[in-house]
Amino acid sequence: MFEKLALYLQYPFVRYALIVGILIALCSSLFGVTLVLKRYSFIGDGLSHVAFGAMAIAAVLNLTNEMLLVLPLTIISAILLLRSGRKAKIQGDAAIAMISVAALAFGYLLMNLFSASPNLSGDVCTTLFGSTSILTLSRRDVWLCAGLSLAVIVIFILFYNKIFAVTFDEDFSLAAGVNANHYNLLIAVVIAVIIVLAMNLVGSLLISALVIFPALSAMRLFHHFKKVTICSAVLSVVCALLGILISILAGTPVGSTIVAVDVVVFGICYVVGAVTGGFH
Amino acid sequence: MALLTIRDLSAGYDSHAVVSGLNFTVNSGDYLCIVGENGSGKTTLMKTLLRLQEPIGGEIIMGDGLQKNEIGYLPQQTMVQRDFPASVREIVLSGCQGRSGLRPFYNKAEKALVQENLKRMGISDLADHCYRELSGGQQQRVLLARALCATRKILLLDEPVSGLDPKVTADMYDLIAKLNREGITIIMISHDIEAAVRYASHILHIGTTIFYGTKDAYRESSIGKMFLMQQEGGEADV
Ligand SMILES: Nc1ncnc2c1ncn2[C@@H]1O[C@H](COP(=O)(O)OP(=O)(O)O)[C@@H](O)[C@H]1O
Ligand SMILES: [Mg+2]
Repeated sequence: MFEKLALYLQYPFVRYALIVGILIALCSSLFGVTLVLKRYSFIGDGLSHVAFGAMAIAAVLNLTNEMLLVLPLTIISAILLLRSGRKAKIQGDAAIAMISVAALAFGYLLMNLFSASPNLSGDVCTTLFGSTSILTLSRRDVWLCAGLSLAVIVIFILFYNKIFAVTFDEDFSLAAGVNANHYNLLIAVVIAVIIVLAMNLVGSLLISALVIFPALSAMRLFHHFKKVTICSAVLSVVCALLGILISILAGTPVGSTIVAVDVVVFGICYVVGAVTGGFH
Repeated sequence: MALLTIRDLSAGYDSHAVVSGLNFTVNSGDYLCIVGENGSGKTTLMKTLLRLQEPIGGEIIMGDGLQKNEIGYLPQQTMVQRDFPASVREIVLSGCQGRSGLRPFYNKAEKALVQENLKRMGISDLADHCYRELSGGQQQRVLLARALCATRKILLLDEPVSGLDPKVTADMYDLIAKLNREGITIIMISHDIEAAVRYASHILHIGTTIFYGTKDAYRESSIGKMFLMQQEGGEADV
């Protein structure tokens, strides 16, 4: 088994895939804690469907670089969803459900009507559940993913204290003279970027899992924000690494393998947290 | 000039006023208590004073060199805060976010300020504890320490004692009175009128009739008499 692994790791594209996978897992977990605590999980879900719709449009338009369309569309939707979510809580939820289902339906419809691809259901399946193998990432994808992931990580570190403050108590931040709306906007844009990134790794239906499971697992174990954040990043990276390796060795689809590992780890953390009451 | 001057203020949601026709001033060192029935718009007024929402009409004038990032606020507790994984130190440190501006990390002076305010609230030994595992009274002290990191001038407190038992409530009131004696202006929402007239220097009563004046004037006013009697009667029933 290890020989097989060593053999695979000799290929540069396998190593690239591992690096990209780890970077994406890292940055998606960083904002996962904020997403869960701010009750934005549903926005993540809605956005991933929007990204799917955008992907379909890109496929129909035969764009060589679909990111150029998918990224701006998802960012704009993130901003709009955040606005509507703040104004009216119930209608905001309904708006998200509407947008996400509509994006799914139209995306599939578009692909069906206009796609020239010989393997349509394969394409759809890939967009929804991630590539069957992360090894199909092109060199350009690799660089784009790495660049965006690093940007997300740098933003998170620079704004860590403000993100904590705005997540914990937005009203206090506003009262203390901090422009919390700017930070909410920043969070929304970064989440959109993460979702587009994560789509490469796990596909649009499994993104929420990638973002939320490590955060939920970490919150079972720790009770300080910094420790939760670090733990969730570590768990996410370890799960992604394990998932990618298993998928290479066993030939399973990479996205669902990673998410399966995330779920198992959550189960373990749940039990450990319940038994020990968490670590201080 | 007064710290805050409120002229003909209306506050509410979506251009529907919940309270209107408010005129009052808050001077440095005042202890203003805002009282009134549930749903009379006390929280709405406080959020408007804090600029969390736009006034529907009238104006709020800040004086005495009061800056936007020199205001401490203790909100009514929200659901999100209750299960939030954060240590006491992390939360109190976030009180420095207004003064740290765009600087990404907190500096030595801000960390020292946190230490000082933890001590002032008597919770130094809880610094590394998890916020959600504290008692209600301890949680309020943490939020008060955070508010003190944001200001040396004025605190706005929204029902700081709701849900606390009588002994802890009395301690909390004493703590706030002590801060006021140290020179911090207090604006506090309470529906405990008896405590309001004991501790405050001024009372703002909102509801169908609006009263603003010193607490002695409030005791003499018809609305004050009525309310004080009602509450005593209410408590006698229990
Ligand atoms: N976000 C909101 N949107 C619309 N109306 C609101 C909102 N929050 C409170 N209200 C209404 O404003 C009135 C005053 O509420 P509030 O200021 O919370 O009262 P109090 O703090 O005095 O109990 C209530 O009738 C309430 O229903
Ligand atoms: Mg209220």
